[in-house]
Amino acid sequence: MTRVGLLRLAVIVGAVVALELLIRTGIVPRFTIIPPSEMATALVGVLASGKFKIDITVTLSNVAMAIASSMIVGVAAGTLLQGAPAVRRIFDPLFATYYAIPMYAFYPLLIVIFGLGDMPQICIGFLLAVMAVIINTINGLDRVPRVLLKAAQVHRMSVWRTARRIRLPYATPYIFTGFKLAVAYSFIGVIGAEFITSSRGIGYEIAYAYNNFDNPLMYSLILFILVIVISVNMSLHTWEKRLMARRRR
Amino acid sequence: MKARDSLLLILIVVAAWQVFHWIVGDIALRSPLVTARHALALLADPGFWPHLRETLLAFAEAFAIAMGIGLFIGLTLGASRLAGDVAEPILVALYSIPKVTLYPVILLIFGIGMPAKVAFGAIHGIVPISIFALNAIRNINPVYLRTGQVLRMSPLSATRKILIPAALPEIVTGIRVGFSLTLIGTLLGEMFGAQRGLGHMLLQAMTRHNMDAIMALTLLLVVFAAVVNAALLSLDRHLHSRA
Amino acid sequence: MSLAGASPAPASGAVHVSLRGVSRIYPGRAAQPALHALGPIDLDLAPGEFFAVVGPSGCGKSTLLDVMAGLATVSAGSITFEGRSVNGAVPDGVGVVFQEDASFPWLTVTDNVAFGLREIGTPEATVKEKVSYALNFMGLGDFTQAYPAQLSGGMRQRVCIARTLVLEPRLILLDEPFGALDQQTRLLMGDELLRLWRETGATVLLITHALDEATMLADRVGVMSARPGRFLELVKTGWPRERDSTIVADSRFGQLTSRIWTLLRAESLRAMGHSRIAR
Repeated sequence: MTRVGLLRLAVIVGAVVALELLIRTGIVPRFTIIPPSEMATALVGVLASGKFKIDITVTLSNVAMAIASSMIVGVAAGTLLQGAPAVRRIFDPLFATYYAIPMYAFYPLLIVIFGLGDMPQICIGFLLAVMAVIINTINGLDRVPRVLLKAAQVHRMSVWRTARRIRLPYATPYIFTGFKLAVAYSFIGVIGAEFITSSRGIGYEIAYAYNNFDNPLMYSLILFILVIVISVNMSLHTWEKRLMARRRR
Repeated sequence: MKARDSLLLILIVVAAWQVFHWIVGDIALRSPLVTARHALALLADPGFWPHLRETLLAFAEAFAIAMGIGLFIGLTLGASRLAGDVAEPILVALYSIPKVTLYPVILLIFGIGMPAKVAFGAIHGIVPISIFALNAIRNINPVYLRTGQVLRMSPLSATRKILIPAALPEIVTGIRVGFSLTLIGTLLGEMFGAQRGLGHMLLQAMTRHNMDAIMALTLLLVVFAAVVNAALLSLDRHLHSRA
Repeated sequence: MSLAGASPAPASGAVHVSLRGVSRIYPGRAAQPALHALGPIDLDLAPGEFFAVVGPSGCGKSTLLDVMAGLATVSAGSITFEGRSVNGAVPDGVGVVFQEDASFPWLTVTDNVAFGLREIGTPEATVKEKVSYALNFMGLGDFTQAYPAQLSGGMRQRVCIARTLVLEPRLILLDEPFGALDQQTRLLMGDELLRLWRETGATVLLITHALDEATMLADRVGVMSARPGRFLELVKTGWPRERDSTIVADSRFGQLTSRIWTLLRAESLRAMGHSRIAR
């Protein structure tokens, strides 16, 4: 690990230890927050009990659905828009405004349309994730250097082959950035939606535990989410960096 | 040309909405016209204004806090190469977590009411504002600062005349993103732990299956967010066009 | 195994590439007037000839290469390569090396060099054989599994040259291939280019802004005018086929270079808008 990486680890560990001490010394009341060590112990117990296996499966599979659908739709839409500048210009204001729209406001509508199943949560995750994929796909395709397209011409490649063998491979790291964001946004969308109203899922269980004043359970589930999201995000970040390193010219 | 494109986009969205309405029917979705009428009726209803006032007040406080803390964190960490390298991935990871899971913690700390909404809105805005500010400072071309040294400028005047103008466009982009997310965070906070505000109205309409109110509120929120964002975006683009 | 193409041995009087009255005019748009970028140009290249083009910036050198390669269409005139007309489509047997780095960043050096062969469906055994020969020939033997981003600019340009070479082109067009490299690297790459030219027997057209490079490498140097680019003069160098960068010490090298410079100086000043000083 590099010096910066070690320092970063030290900062994180320091923050956790500080929180632990603040609670153990009573500066922060236990009623508000329980020590991280107890969160971890509670989490181990919760996971071992298998009580939330269904919720965990539901949440993770909904997140996976949101990621998959946003990737398919996003890459396709991004490719089409990049190839049609006139249409793209019309949609340009939407790209810039999209993330200012409070997407959760559509949640009630989605429940009315789809009912109280998994669809509304997947939809919110999809809606949040898809634009990041579209924008990054367009960005990647925009960056393909002209000289590589000339090289494709010299190799007498068709438009289709050029797209498959030159444009998309070049754009891959940028699309990967879109993927990384899609993962984060899908988690945010699905869990946020579960939290507002739903009948199962980790977000729902956190809200339920809060309403029942079951702090150890609530904090263990919050910890679970944070650990999963942060470790997925960090590994995607590392992978992304490795891909991007090959682009440096 | 640009105004025409925006108008065309709005027309496309409204048309798509209308078509979707025809497909799914009146129970699931109201038509654009009916929704607009309900939205206007809502605006004319005196009972609506205290909720709007409450939301705007909470949002204004949250945004002020997010700006203050976000800029402080970003500018401080951005000033040191090492601190920036250590902190940036942590901030990005914080950006990626579903902040809604932290809401119970906020409620336990602040209790239900205004402070919790403000705090929840603010944590949505702090992270993006600090990330953009950090990178704005880090990415300043070092030649600018060396030029300041060669011109024997004092650190204060170099900050005022070189550092801030050079970093401003990126900082404004961060503020724009932070604005949107703070608004989203505030509304989300109202949906769960509040007795007043637009978010609360929306959740109430949802539990009562009041389609007209749901659609009218959603329309008003989206239009408000889009209009403010468009204004900030034009400032943002104006600053970037000089850079 | 060698890189020699299927071209016939250079025979005096034979014509490999021929340009007749070639010009290129960019049509005007709403507020822009039409731009006459190139021509009219007449030129014959003999099989196996090394021809260099120099000219003031913006005179249409790269446009000339684009139309010869079939990367752009001609507005008037005709181009034939091995007797067949070229207009807007790259003919078989033509290889191009660009000034910009055209290596594919997602492929290793080996896969980059093999790219064109695989594109035309060459059997993998043949690909392997040809690629490994080209890699060694271009001094890339130690970097076969590296990615372009791990290489210097000069090494990446070697990858692009090797990628062109394995296809055994009979006409190689180079558009300022060493433009982004430092002077020492340029001279060494020039030597390699000469070696490669002798080995393959291909006809070479090199576009360059470096006069010494043109004089040192070419059999003939075409000096172009300011836009619209035409040939002011075709200067014969008369070097032997066996030559390398040490000919810069030859007394005729200086004479040739200064003659080209005299022609070019007036044109360059004209191109820069200092027409009065030039006279």
